[in-house]
Amino acid sequence: MHELSIVTSVVESVTESLAAYPGSRVLAVRLRVGALASVVVESLEFCWEIAAGGTALEGSRLVVNVLPVVMHCRQCGEDVELEGVQSFRCPLCGAPCSEMRQGRELEIDSIEIDDAKEAA
Amino acid sequence: MTTRIVELRQGILKKNDELAAGLRANYAAAGVLVLNLVSSPGTGKTAFLERTLREMKARGARVAALVGDLETDNDARRLAASGAPVRQINTHGICHLDAEMIGKHLDGWEGVALGGLDYLFIENVGNLVCPSSYDLGERIRVVLLSVTEGEDKPLKYPTMFNSADAAVITKMDIAEPCGFDRETALRNINEIRPGIRIFETSAKTGAGMEEWLGYLAEARGVVL
Repeated sequence: MHELSIVTSVVESVTESLAAYPGSRVLAVRLRVGALASVVVESLEFCWEIAAGGTALEGSRLVVNVLPVVMHCRQCGEDVELEGVQSFRCPLCGAPCSEMRQGRELEIDSIEIDDAKEAA
Repeated sequence: MTTRIVELRQGILKKNDELAAGLRANYAAAGVLVLNLVSSPGTGKTAFLERTLREMKARGARVAALVGDLETDNDARRLAASGAPVRQINTHGICHLDAEMIGKHLDGWEGVALGGLDYLFIENVGNLVCPSSYDLGERIRVVLLSVTEGEDKPLKYPTMFNSADAAVITKMDIAEPCGFDRETALRNINEIRPGIRIFETSAKTGAGMEEWLGYLAEARGVVL
């Protein structure tokens, strides 16, 4: 529901970071989004063009890397990856797990730019 | 053209997270226990909170509430009937509260200082999706579910249920006529958030309130 405001803040953050790379053009922006981050990837992609339009990011691609939920299973003593988000049990032993190791990420991972300096 | 990858590795909601961390530090310094109440619209957050405020006030606890809605101050007026200080936050279309709104409404809240409170309740906008992403600096996130909503709600909204620290089932007084399947509801909550404390309550009859108030007292003991 708040995907547009999310991509808008991505555009703002990337624009700030671009100050360190004057003259560079952004080709792609990569996000890391946990399966439990409560955002819809298709909506992020849909909103991207709108949010990036008229900014230094216009024409860039948004690449969303969805991360599965990883829980720590005390029984097995291991970090285990869940297949979905309908049951928070260890897929190996069936024990309920409450310690999350991964799954709520909502991060800008990296940007791909054409390097103005090297190009010149 | 030479392309290169620049690693940024930063949280998208960084600004909110930083503000929330500031709030959390302020709450801790003031010794106030802050709870964030989240649910669908119509679950009965306001009725539950009104009863909570009233009973806590009667026991001498210093309580206050911030309440979020898109429009109207109806909820603030209802909650103020408890005698506790209440402030309405109107988001004007935004589907969740964020840390900035909380900070702004704590500042300049006439007659209310964090240091003069034992508990601050934040009633979020009725929405089981977006509020889960926005940290308000709270110590305890409480998810509410009413007996009229369907036992599979935790499975439909795993993000919110999984991020909660306590769950409250509301409107237990009408569980039977609604055909509420208690066992299934409890099982589904536990499937998504194993081991979470669950309170079965009715704001109308007062059922389950004793246990809930005991939990609040206990939780504050941990904070202080």
